[in-house]
Amino acid sequence: MIVAGTLEVTTPSDRELQMTRVFNAPRSLVFDALTKPELLRRWFGGPPGWSLTTCELEPKVGGKYRYAWAQDNGTAMGLEGVFLEFTPPEKMVATEKFDESWYPGEAVTTTTLAEVNGKTTLTLTVRYESKEALDAVLATPATEGVASGYDKLDEFLATLV
Amino acid sequence: MSYEQSPGAWNPAQLDATFAALADPTRRAILARLATGEASVMELAAPFEMSQPAISKHLKVLERAGLISRGRDAQRRPCRLEAQPLAEANRYLERYRQFWEASFAQLDALLAELQAKPNEP
Repeated sequence: MIVAGTLEVTTPSDRELQMTRVFNAPRSLVFDALTKPELLRRWFGGPPGWSLTTCELEPKVGGKYRYAWAQDNGTAMGLEGVFLEFTPPEKMVATEKFDESWYPGEAVTTTTLAEVNGKTTLTLTVRYESKEALDAVLATPATEGVASGYDKLDEFLATLV
Repeated sequence: MSYEQSPGAWNPAQLDATFAALADPTRRAILARLATGEASVMELAAPFEMSQPAISKHLKVLERAGLISRGRDAQRRPCRLEAQPLAEANRYLERYRQFWEASFAQLDALLAELQAKPNEP
């Protein structure tokens, strides 16, 4: 029986978002699941009604990655970047930019995996170029008429139960 | 762009002010104290080795961020916690968390499947 870990989300600084999550698996397996398209497609598709339409990744320093999602009604979202570090099974660092970007600049994501007794702790830190960028990620408009990418993420997140 | 600047509307500057206000242990302690009820500046200063003017500076930051309000009583000017900005900031972190939680739940299932031993014939 697998007991799902608790996802912690914090803001360790005014321009960083950090998540930690424990998985019941060795880190080599978790690293594979994070970096092999054939495995990513099986869990990174988003909530019901969404699917991963693009999932490409070059597993090396300087390698590019791209993910794109589409909702049944045609709404789409895309995300891509380049790996700055790629050290299986413990660490990867990559740039991140959404197609319809509602925050300025690029973010840098750092993913580290630490294993103890067959369980792996994933720590994902997203560092934005400025605190304004992190604010933009976290803020949501009260009314319509803002950047469409913003709306799309909002719709996307709102479909989650 | 029609963006209403009503008290309930969110904008990046508001979130910036909220998170900046929270990024200080003294201010967080002040908010924790006010969560149990309103207090005067003197009462808030008491637990810290800090002068009232120093505490007042912190209170100004919290007030500008909309996290506390100050009463009008000339003698006391009690401080009161305004929970809505905190609830709003938390709500948006929640949404981010929900996306990843849903994804990671699916990853849990995949990892279990990948580790399951095949049935012996």
